[in-house]
Amino acid sequence: MHMADALLSPAVGGTMWVVTAATTAYASRKVRKSLDDRKIPLMGVLAAFVFAIQMINFSIPGTGSSGHLLGGLLLAILLGPDAACLAIASVIVVQALFFADGGLLALGCNIFNMGIIGCYIGYPLIYKKIAGNSPSGTRLLAAALVAGVVSLQLGAFAVVLETTMSGISELPFSSFIIMMQPIHLAIGIVEGLITAGIVAFIWKARPEILDCAATDRPLGDLPIKKVLTGLATVAVIAAGTLSWFASSHPDGLEWSLAKVTGHEELAGPGDGVHSVMEKVQDKTAFMPDYGFKEKTAAPEAADTSSSPVSLGTSTAGLVGGVMVMLLGLGIGFALKKKSGNPA
Amino acid sequence: MCISSRIDKAFYDIGRLDILALADTPLHRLDPRAKLLATLVFIVCVVSFGKYEISRLLPFSLYPAVLIGLGDLPPGYLAKKLIMVSPFVIFIGIFNPWFDQTVMFTIGPIAISGGWVSFASLIIRFILTVSAALILIASTGFAPMCMAMEKLGTPKIFAVQLLMLYRYLFVLIAESLRIVRAHSLRSFSRKGKITYRVFLQIAGNLLLRTIDRAQRIHMAMLSRAFTGEIKIVRQFSFGYKEWLFAAGFSVIFITMRSADIAGLLGRLLMEIK
Repeated sequence: MHMADALLSPAVGGTMWVVTAATTAYASRKVRKSLDDRKIPLMGVLAAFVFAIQMINFSIPGTGSSGHLLGGLLLAILLGPDAACLAIASVIVVQALFFADGGLLALGCNIFNMGIIGCYIGYPLIYKKIAGNSPSGTRLLAAALVAGVVSLQLGAFAVVLETTMSGISELPFSSFIIMMQPIHLAIGIVEGLITAGIVAFIWKARPEILDCAATDRPLGDLPIKKVLTGLATVAVIAAGTLSWFASSHPDGLEWSLAKVTGHEELAGPGDGVHSVMEKVQDKTAFMPDYGFKEKTAAPEAADTSSSPVSLGTSTAGLVGGVMVMLLGLGIGFALKKKSGNPA
Repeated sequence: MCISSRIDKAFYDIGRLDILALADTPLHRLDPRAKLLATLVFIVCVVSFGKYEISRLLPFSLYPAVLIGLGDLPPGYLAKKLIMVSPFVIFIGIFNPWFDQTVMFTIGPIAISGGWVSFASLIIRFILTVSAALILIASTGFAPMCMAMEKLGTPKIFAVQLLMLYRYLFVLIAESLRIVRAHSLRSFSRKGKITYRVFLQIAGNLLLRTIDRAQRIHMAMLSRAFTGEIKIVRQFSFGYKEWLFAAGFSVIFITMRSADIAGLLGRLLMEIK
């Protein structure tokens, strides 16, 4: 369920970045304030544990497929929501950087979908309410199952929302939902089962671990409503500002550029540069015969691009693009040879 | 693929990027903040194009190409990593040609629909953004990255959390590798497949060991005068080279974003007025 940068628009990615950054700052403050400094190494090592255990697949009986632990709920049970949120966020950062699972712009979305939802909704509002303070037997199983399923359903729904709102994928909202939700129902059930199993194991072997995690956590006074309203406010403000950038002009970047330069775009080929270019062109054009006659493209296709595209210019654009790309590759290659020599 | 070889691979993967980051090239010597900022500007510029854009995206390949050159990074290895993570994006993107069949232009008898154009655009975005992120880590290393993030305003405790995770990642992956290997050596008939029940035992035991380890680490920290405050010592210098790199690339990206460099050059070469 890792989203990639390529599927996101800057407005959606930016909004989720702001939301996630605010939550991370909030969680950091909470963890710092709690006097328990044992948590600092525990958080780091448990995040590494989640990473390691994610690599161990087990076979799901009767299906022939295999599953693995995601770990968000387990960390929340062991560490409390704030520390768990930071730990999961760190796992996602490492996955993004080292395994290219999800991108840098998508970090906000991914941490929200896979971490914040589970830690601030699934754990306190569902698991905690059902399981109470002594996790055992059916209550534990039920709590973990429901919390796992709800967190993953919400996470998958968030993926669909973020992707659809970005508008890069053509998948209609409804078919995307139909694809994502059932798969994540299965994943959520597996997650709940394993989490319950591991917690039961720990409860049998070393109950004091869970006791200690359950008591030293200042959850009683955790103003969860405040957190949620805070989150919603930040999201609305960020989305509002960013989408205003996005809607007043096709892209916010052009808008901000217009403020800086006074023009919407830098001087294009039709303006003053053009006459100079024309002279240079006569000398440099090495394939003048390939110029296409201007044809207008199908009108229904032109509605999304900012200016009507003609076959000639779009081909020219492609050729130019490929040229610049080759140029770039050439420069890279040359630099590589140069820097490779002394070694 | 069997489980232990999967873990082995992940181990090797992280290690390989770390080894790359140890090199000493002009790119590696730059302050990580400069690289991080330039990469973020790059990604935002790339993803801000409309979904049918192809030609104006291509010039952006300049950045990864130049960085691979400057940092003497192995392009084949980076390409392999790219392909490994591509299935999700391809899976989502392949529906574009299905849902968007309006013809955008024709090449001879072949009509190209908007869906294929946006699919191609999506793949180019994917290649550009992912390679930029991989190059960033391969030329910087994880610890300097965390420190740069802390300098740029990430909460300190989160930076410390990232550093801790990274430090113990290798230890725990190695530990789980040993457990899985021990299991597969003792289960001839199942070919090392792990059942749900066994998985719980493995995970539970690994978790207990992990918590004990955290306690030992905490003791060790206390005996080295840990008071709950983590100190990160690292000298960074944001000199003229860093300014040149970050500002220079940002200006280039924003220019490429706002002016149609590709079209300009193409028209120049093909003499379309």
